[in-house]
Amino acid sequence: MIRFENVGLRYGLGSEVLRDLTFDINARSFQFLTGPSGAGKTSLLRMMFLSLKPTRGLINMFDEDIATLTKDGRATLRRRIGIVFQDFRLLDHMTTYENVALPLRVIGKEESKYRAEVVELLQWVGLGDCMGSLPPILSGGEKQRAAIARAVIARPQLLLADEPTGNVDPNLGQRLLRLFVELNKAGTAVVIATHDIALMDEYDARRLVLHEGRLHVYD
Amino acid sequence: MSMTRPAETMAEPWDNLDAAPLRARAPPASAPIVPKDSISGRSLAAVIAIMTFLAALTTGAVMLVVSAASDWQSDVSREVTIQVRPVAGRDLEADVRKAVEITRAAPGIAEVQAYTKEESARLIEPWLGAGLALDDLPIPRLIVVKLIPGARPDFTALRKTLGAQVAAASLDDHRHWIERMRTMAGTAIAAGLGVLVLVLAVTVLSVTFATRGAMAANRPIVEVLHYVGATDRFISSQFQHHFLLLGFKGGAIGGGAAIVLFGALEAANTWLAGTPGGDEVAALFGTFTIGVSGYFAILGQIVLMAVVTAFASRRTVNHTLETID
Repeated sequence: MIRFENVGLRYGLGSEVLRDLTFDINARSFQFLTGPSGAGKTSLLRMMFLSLKPTRGLINMFDEDIATLTKDGRATLRRRIGIVFQDFRLLDHMTTYENVALPLRVIGKEESKYRAEVVELLQWVGLGDCMGSLPPILSGGEKQRAAIARAVIARPQLLLADEPTGNVDPNLGQRLLRLFVELNKAGTAVVIATHDIALMDEYDARRLVLHEGRLHVYD
Repeated sequence: MSMTRPAETMAEPWDNLDAAPLRARAPPASAPIVPKDSISGRSLAAVIAIMTFLAALTTGAVMLVVSAASDWQSDVSREVTIQVRPVAGRDLEADVRKAVEITRAAPGIAEVQAYTKEESARLIEPWLGAGLALDDLPIPRLIVVKLIPGARPDFTALRKTLGAQVAAASLDDHRHWIERMRTMAGTAIAAGLGVLVLVLAVTVLSVTFATRGAMAANRPIVEVLHYVGATDRFISSQFQHHFLLLGFKGGAIGGGAAIVLFGALEAANTWLAGTPGGDEVAALFGTFTIGVSGYFAILGQIVLMAVVTAFASRRTVNHTLETID
């Protein structure tokens, strides 16, 4: 599904922060992306999400060479990827329901056709009571679940999560992990960027470890 | 979406929701993606309103000038004047009669009226006072010649005949005045177009700055839209929708104010008709109405302002989106 070959990344004229990255992300797979703070986890996730271009190497996603994609092509490809940010990136002027429905609204789906689907998902992640609430009044855990719901509402083939448990207590972190596992069982490939060793110990999965700009894969 | 529930190893905070009736109904997705408050709408609408008002005033003023010039031109071109100067040794009255006779015989002439001594005295009375002894002054005599509407008399031939038979007569077909009025009307139109171009330029610049501000304020929203797979076209349409509405709002306020103003002037003109001041205004500006075409022109400007606003914002949004990915 995703293939990185000898990918390198540098910012400006500085030295490479990521070097010779070669790995695959397979369909329906589950992996943790880890490494110390500043190792480049977010940069790697951003490359997987097409919001950062590598300075060298080849990235192939869904059988497309991303270097040849147009801007509209990248937008279309992003619809197959869901992303959960550490800081949620929910739109404060829209209700939880509207935030979660946003990816469907963006592709031009009529509300009458997605309404039941969004309501069902919000109930599934435990936000049935918060559908009309604006993000500023949600707790950290509720915001995180709303962000996850938004990431998966359009049934992406790949889910990327950047430190999804960074803002929640360990107990809720474990619960969110189980949510990701269930989404993976439903057919979505999952990449979770985290430096929380305890969280990774909760679930036996492939680990992609970034260290000094290089990636080490532990299957 | 058919998903199995998470494996249960401990109670989840959202576990009992399936069993419980849904307490909160999903509100309809009515919120605009780009919040209205994030765009300095009032200031921009005020600028567009002022610009539309100025554009409408300019258009109305140009239409009044052109209409008045056309009326004057039409009045002036419907008649010509023959002046018979007193010449020593010649009988002025006989010269006037001869000139009238020649003119009446020319084709295309509807009416020929020679001013009498008394009428000539009344003409110059405001300057020289009453009770003049005209015989003591070399006052020329005027003959007003009215033309048949649509006729094109041969003034060259008439001028030649008059010159040959009444040496002291000269014909003035007012061509000089007509040319000047044409020039004045043309200048008014050109000046009006210049003002309209300036107004449009200021509007485009104002909208561009406002759009840039809105894009900067909404950059996090634009980024999220990109992340959820929105194309640039979708994003720009969200902004353009706001600016089109703002353009219509501002245009309607400014254009509406101009329509009310012209309507009030027209009503005042009607109300003052017959009074000395009203007559003077009527003499200068005719009926002081911009007519149905004038009101349609103002309505057209309202639409034009909205379209220009939408176009300028779309251009700026697209340009800004090029820099955001």
